[in-house]
Amino acid sequence: MAFFGFKHGVHPPEEKGLTSGLPIRRMPYPDEIVLPLRQHAGKPATLCVKVGDYVERGDPVGLADGYMSVPIHASAAGTVSAIGLWPHPDGSYAQSVRIAVDKYALQAARPRMVPQWAGLSVEQVIKAVQDAGVVGLGGAAFPTHVKLAPPKDYRVHTLIINGAECEPYLTSDHRTMVEFPERVHFGCRVMMHTLGVKKAVIGVEKNKPDAIAALERTRPTDLDVTILPMTVKYPQGAEKMLIHAVTGVEVPSGKLPVSVGVVVQNVGSLAAIAEVFDTGLPLLERIVTVTGHGLSRPANLIVPVGTKMKDLLAYCDGVTPNAAEVIIGGPMMGQALANLEAPVIKGTTGVVVLTSDEVRADAVYPCIHCGRCLEACPVFLNPSWLGDLARVKRFDEMTENHLADCMLCGSCSYVCPSNIPLSQLFQASKAALRRNPTVGAA
Amino acid sequence: MIILQAILILGGTGLVFAIFIAAANKKLKVWEDPRIDVVASMLPSANCGACGLPGCRAFAEKAVVGDIQPAKCTVSNAERVAEIAHFLGVDAGQAVKRVARLLCAGGTDVAAQRAEYRGVSTCEAAAAVAGGGKGCAWGCLGLADCERACTFGAITMNAQGLPVVDVEKCTACNDCVVACPKQLFVLQQLDHKLLVQCKNLVNGDAALEQCAVACTTCGKCVLDAADGLISVASGVAVIDYNKIAEAEESNVERCPTGAIVWLSGAQFAQVPAVSSAEAA
Repeated sequence: MAFFGFKHGVHPPEEKGLTSGLPIRRMPYPDEIVLPLRQHAGKPATLCVKVGDYVERGDPVGLADGYMSVPIHASAAGTVSAIGLWPHPDGSYAQSVRIAVDKYALQAARPRMVPQWAGLSVEQVIKAVQDAGVVGLGGAAFPTHVKLAPPKDYRVHTLIINGAECEPYLTSDHRTMVEFPERVHFGCRVMMHTLGVKKAVIGVEKNKPDAIAALERTRPTDLDVTILPMTVKYPQGAEKMLIHAVTGVEVPSGKLPVSVGVVVQNVGSLAAIAEVFDTGLPLLERIVTVTGHGLSRPANLIVPVGTKMKDLLAYCDGVTPNAAEVIIGGPMMGQALANLEAPVIKGTTGVVVLTSDEVRADAVYPCIHCGRCLEACPVFLNPSWLGDLARVKRFDEMTENHLADCMLCGSCSYVCPSNIPLSQLFQASKAALRRNPTVGAA
Repeated sequence: MIILQAILILGGTGLVFAIFIAAANKKLKVWEDPRIDVVASMLPSANCGACGLPGCRAFAEKAVVGDIQPAKCTVSNAERVAEIAHFLGVDAGQAVKRVARLLCAGGTDVAAQRAEYRGVSTCEAAAAVAGGGKGCAWGCLGLADCERACTFGAITMNAQGLPVVDVEKCTACNDCVVACPKQLFVLQQLDHKLLVQCKNLVNGDAALEQCAVACTTCGKCVLDAADGLISVASGVAVIDYNKIAEAEESNVERCPTGAIVWLSGAQFAQVPAVSSAEAA
């Protein structure tokens, strides 16, 4: 199955060479850290500090608000200078805690906040993972502890680990696998133990031979872990595509992967779980690929959560004169950033700076019904027809034509010879439907 | 002979069915008030929903039985309403004139841009990409989704990229309220003159950096207004419309930015501009 992978998909230029050979380096602490209380899927954390408080590195500034939520921790020692609205990477303003970083603090290790893994029961592991604020680091920031406790009426038989990293430019997962393969395997061990599964498959695209070699070299002998080299294709790293590529099973529309007995976790998140249990500190930093032809010095960096984008770009010697657009995430699914004051949050996989040549807006022509978008769509939708419906705001018919299955991977926009921004039309339609589910209904 | 047979058989079956249909027509007849059709023909047939009912015929059905007063059709003009009232022999009633008001005054001349938006030229699409290019994350994006949504041609974009609502044409049908991704439109009584034209939740100078006519939550209007009429608890001045009778024009005089206004008629200057819908 792996040879053919999932059906459809596209082959955008990879552009990973800018950073794929660069070792991960640690970024120094910025002068100020901004921690939005909304960094994960689910309910935002509830504030637990006040202005003027001195927080140590690792102290919580926000507590989990219920089960579908995780706490937020101070990623550097310092004084809480303000609490209020601050630009969020998604373009809105969110309640955030601003911390003036203490220049003379050691920012050093501290007594364990997370217990040793060995000997913990399943419930204790889940509790420890939630308390450590671990979320999926692949972009969606789904709370990991929820993934560790799938609904009881499903039987999970396989853990699939997502090392595809199919987005162009991004290399943070790649470098994690090359440099910290034992962390990936340790995280894998924790998840397999907690989920009670016997089998794990790490799917890695073949364009990362060094990662495959590193994972093979450190593969544990007592667990059934397979490293599966996969064909290089976008969007291989999409959850449902990956499941199809690895198991040959298609996840039914509207269902979760667990309905076919599979849980998918990204390698970066596994490494985070391992690090949390290793160091005893909660999730305070993440690996971010800062790259693009519009950046002076691309790098793979360990960045404290809450570092402002402008500080991050400044550390990479700033942008080149022809830089035109900053994107959070990869260029296919990532969001343009409107404000460089916005901080790196737990779900920020990469920051890509594109040049004016790359973002030039070509003229949009009418659809010629060539069908290339149908051949590209990994979930077998008809983007051409959906695009027509979106333009006339017939959102109810879009729902009938399975708009909900569209994950905005951008493959249709990428192949469209008429430059129709299909993916954006779908994004806007989804937003309109979210705001008002009956909008467009006849 | 064969021809005669065919005529008899077909004619006979036709006759049997005709009798059956005639009987069914008598037996199963649903009586409908003939006035409904007449009233429906007098209504504007816009099916806009401004009266709160699904379409003009539903309005006619209710009007005939006296459940709704003819004046509740805000789209009709006064003569039409009087005509319907005369036909039905009922009181025309009084409808409070309501219009759509925009809770933003940040045109291109006063509001800062934080980024250049390039992409699908609708507010909905721009709002989905990092909230659009406007410096203020709450403000009007000016890409005319409301103008396109308006059935009555009551909304035109002015030169500053703000929608101007023609209070004469506006029927308070709610379409623009639904269309705006920033949820900036509200339906308000025309005689409610006090309005805060801002939804920006950032306070103080930070708000001014984004827009010269933003509410900075300075609280001067709160002090000048009747007790409890205006509050600033949530980051923007909020008017309690239950106490609107106590509002006075002097309430807005000390506003340093002009975020709170005393309206007479339309909100913004009726500057005719090339509508972006026509330009596209």
